[in-house]
Amino acid sequence: MQSPLMLDVRNVSKYFQSGDSQLTVLNQVTFSLATGSSCAIIGPSGSGKTTLLGLCAGLDRPSNGTISINGAELTSLDEDGRAALRSQTVGFIFQNFQLLPTLTAVENVMVPAELRGETGVLSRAKELLDRVGLGARFRHYPAQLSGGEQQRVALARAFINQPKILFADEPTGNLDTENSEKVISLLFDLNRSAGTTLVLVTHNLELAGMCQRRIRIHSGIISEETYS
Amino acid sequence: MAWRDTRASRRRLLLFSLSIVLGIAALVAISSLGVNLQSTIDDQAKSLLGADLVIHSRDEFTPEAETLIQSVGGEQSREVSFSSMVYFPKSEGTRLVQVRGLTGKFPFYGEIDTTPPGAARQFQQSQGALVEKSLMTQFGVSVGDPVRVGSLFLPIVGVLERVPGETVAFSTIAPRVYIPLEAAAESGLLRTESLARYKVFLKVPDSFNVNQWVSENREILRESRLGTDTVDERKEDLGRSMENLEHFLNLGGFIALLLGGVGIASAIDVHVRQKLGSVATLRCLGATVSQTFSIYLLQGIGLGFLGASVGALLGVGIQYYLPGIISDFVPFDVRVEIVWGAVLRAMGVGFGICFLFALVPLLPTRKVSPLAALRSSFEPVPVGNDPLRWLVFGAIGSALLAFAISQTRRWEHGAGFATGIFAAFLTLALVARLIIWSARRFAPSRAAYVWRQGLSNLYRPRNRTLLLLLSLGLGTFLVMTLYLTQRVLLTELIPGGANDKPNAALFDIQTDQLPGVRAILKTNGLQILQEAPIVTMRLSAIKEKSVARILKERNHGFPHWALRREYRSTYRDTLVDSEESIGGKWPAAKVDDWIPVSVEEGIAKELKLGLGDTLAFDVQGVEMKLRVAHLRKVDWRRIQPNFFVVFPGGVLEEAPSFHIFTTRVASAEESAKMQREVVRAFPNVSIIDLTLVLETVDRILSKLSFVIQFMALFTIITGLIVLIAAISTGRYQRIQESILLRVLGASKKQVMQILLVEYFLLGLLASITGLVLSVGASWALAVFLFKMKFAFPLLPVLASIVIVSSITIITGLLSSRGLLARPPLEILRAEA
Repeated sequence: MQSPLMLDVRNVSKYFQSGDSQLTVLNQVTFSLATGSSCAIIGPSGSGKTTLLGLCAGLDRPSNGTISINGAELTSLDEDGRAALRSQTVGFIFQNFQLLPTLTAVENVMVPAELRGETGVLSRAKELLDRVGLGARFRHYPAQLSGGEQQRVALARAFINQPKILFADEPTGNLDTENSEKVISLLFDLNRSAGTTLVLVTHNLELAGMCQRRIRIHSGIISEETYS
Repeated sequence: MAWRDTRASRRRLLLFSLSIVLGIAALVAISSLGVNLQSTIDDQAKSLLGADLVIHSRDEFTPEAETLIQSVGGEQSREVSFSSMVYFPKSEGTRLVQVRGLTGKFPFYGEIDTTPPGAARQFQQSQGALVEKSLMTQFGVSVGDPVRVGSLFLPIVGVLERVPGETVAFSTIAPRVYIPLEAAAESGLLRTESLARYKVFLKVPDSFNVNQWVSENREILRESRLGTDTVDERKEDLGRSMENLEHFLNLGGFIALLLGGVGIASAIDVHVRQKLGSVATLRCLGATVSQTFSIYLLQGIGLGFLGASVGALLGVGIQYYLPGIISDFVPFDVRVEIVWGAVLRAMGVGFGICFLFALVPLLPTRKVSPLAALRSSFEPVPVGNDPLRWLVFGAIGSALLAFAISQTRRWEHGAGFATGIFAAFLTLALVARLIIWSARRFAPSRAAYVWRQGLSNLYRPRNRTLLLLLSLGLGTFLVMTLYLTQRVLLTELIPGGANDKPNAALFDIQTDQLPGVRAILKTNGLQILQEAPIVTMRLSAIKEKSVARILKERNHGFPHWALRREYRSTYRDTLVDSEESIGGKWPAAKVDDWIPVSVEEGIAKELKLGLGDTLAFDVQGVEMKLRVAHLRKVDWRRIQPNFFVVFPGGVLEEAPSFHIFTTRVASAEESAKMQREVVRAFPNVSIIDLTLVLETVDRILSKLSFVIQFMALFTIITGLIVLIAAISTGRYQRIQESILLRVLGASKKQVMQILLVEYFLLGLLASITGLVLSVGASWALAVFLFKMKFAFPLLPVLASIVIVSSITIITGLLSSRGLLARPPLEILRAEA
């Protein structure tokens, strides 16, 4: 039996107005991902992969086409509706970790759950920090953590809401080899155990190779798709 | 390069340069005003006195005094002034006023301004009265209506607008009614024991040297107890008063400038921190330390010059409005002209302060290593013990001290002001730090997420929380200290709940009028709470040395007023409740030739008298030898007759005297009815009721606080500019955080709530910071300076918290508008 679709992208285009001319960043992109699958979006700088990731996650609206996450069509939702969907369904990992500098590690992990109005999430947050190897440093502020440790906190944060789909933008882009390996290993472990669908943007072909599917973007169109 | 480097941050730097604009504007406007005041005084000196020479006395001029006056020659005009009730039949209103009986052509220079114009020249011929404008308004009377002064009814022929050399504030304390001199004599108000002041105004030929005459006759004038006012003295007195006013206002403006300086330092700090990477890159490309330092120094100089120029322009505009603000305290119309010297001086001071403050954050750029260009992580520049930094701090301190001394003219006052300002800034900073630390330390972990996030935003890296608390706190501190002190002064004047405390006093009651006044009070159901006979007298000797001899000595060590004043003494056998015995025995019967008296501790100190010492009084021609038998402490704040010297019974009963009654009236209506009846029957009796005193004090304090608040406004607006600018420096960070929260699933409402909490907490903490200091300062002023009780005013304090928090929220939200319009995708773009 085929798994139901988690992400469905249909004929998505994105244009930007640049002075008098129109810049096409994405042109008629179509693909879909089954629940629990993993996919890497690769391509050269400026090819449109980050724009595609943002559109898929509901961070912006496409100029044309439709995007659905877990059956909910993003284009029909307003900004707060998309925020609510992100809160319920989506997790994020960023290249620059994007931790709130004024919160401790455990408080950063709790943020998405607290935004949903959940209380009593401290133990769950601590448990996640334990899983990423930072259980002893839950009271540390981001400035007191190394880059690799910050990205592990971001990983724990991404999983606090048990997302159905996880978007990662160059998750190892700012890390050294040792830390990259640690983060990648944790990312795939957590992903597997939670059954989360994973979409990641990367230049790292080794990382891309660990995904079940690779979509290469060139000049705003899908130029190649490969499967493992 | 310096100009090109500002490209990305010009708007923000411009906004920060505004923070010194108001301080410089205030200095420019006030310095120009000072020069304008002085030149107006020089031009109008004669019309400010109204004559070339004024000779005055507390008694009617003696034949010897008259001979001396006649020796001056020239043209004369005479005035007798005294306090009395007047009665307006039209509205049946009565009020204690200063009656001035005038004859002759005073003022010889300038004009008494009246409506209709010229009434001052006609009221003597038409036997009418000129009545203070405020009285006419209060009692709803107009020109043509009658006014009763003593036993005379006079028609009001003009509204008194301004008298040469006298301020509006003065007329608030003592509203004036001018009547012809002969009418004053006919009014029955001038009896030998009445308290009156006699003046002769003289216009002398140009050839007559007034100053020389006063100098040559100083001894005779002193012996005859005559005082003089000359044009030069008036010029000097007024010049000094106006200079004090200017310096007081200037110090207020300077506080705004210092706060602006802190704002500039903060702006340069943020700017330079963002440029550390560029500095390192430039160093890698071969730029020397002095080259990179010069780039940012030039930017600081540009900011200072821009702020100083805009401030000067604004100040030139403001100076046209300043005379209106201080008009109640200046006895002439100020002619306003642009004084370029003053403008340039004030610009120089402002620019200098700005430059010094800008140097503080600029100096660390010299320490930026080229290696920093290769490191991606942020590393703070080590400040260390840079001697130049301490030199700059020293220069700021010296500039503050030099300015304060130049304004106060006395180094100890200047040092006091500079120390006070330094202490206020330091205390505000410490209190702010303590509050921030407490907020973080005791943050409620179970509070809702938006509250915790809003609170934690206050200590985000590179936060401006301390600067915001300092600027807002300083404004709150200035305004609330002023308000709370005014409140303490007014509250103290209102007697406590006890109904036995007097709140009205009737004075100038002649002995033959006692039964009549008692009867009126009785029919009105009013009880006489205290009755005191008063005998006027003058000090003639201290420890058997005559006052005349003492006055001839150069350094006699006694204050002049204590030697020359008219003493109003009473006689009784016991202490009253406003007095406390502090030594000796209450005076009883006369021993040998010496009359034992009780002396108040303050005057005893001034006259260097202790128990057993002797003194002598001239009681209307009769010499009385006294011995200090008893010392008293007196609570002078009570609305009741208090005395320096109290005689025992059996000594003064036969001396000409008048009497004072105190009573308690339940309401303004009851007071008005009693006053009407007393004044109708006994026009010479004057009545003060507490409502009037309170009204007068309140009006004067309000006028004063308006001027102070106007100056505080410069600091408050500067604080708001610093607030807006500081919020804008954190805007980029705030945008990033808001977008991140939205990516993580926060709704617009939640992001807005977090912002609201952040600004509310900032306002709350700033108001608490300012309030902690202002309550402390008002308490210290009340207890140590005014010797009054300080009660914690809960409602005004709560109101100020609400107001400051609201201002901060509004300013913050206005500065953050557009924040929610950014698409969340920006967070990925910023990373790409």
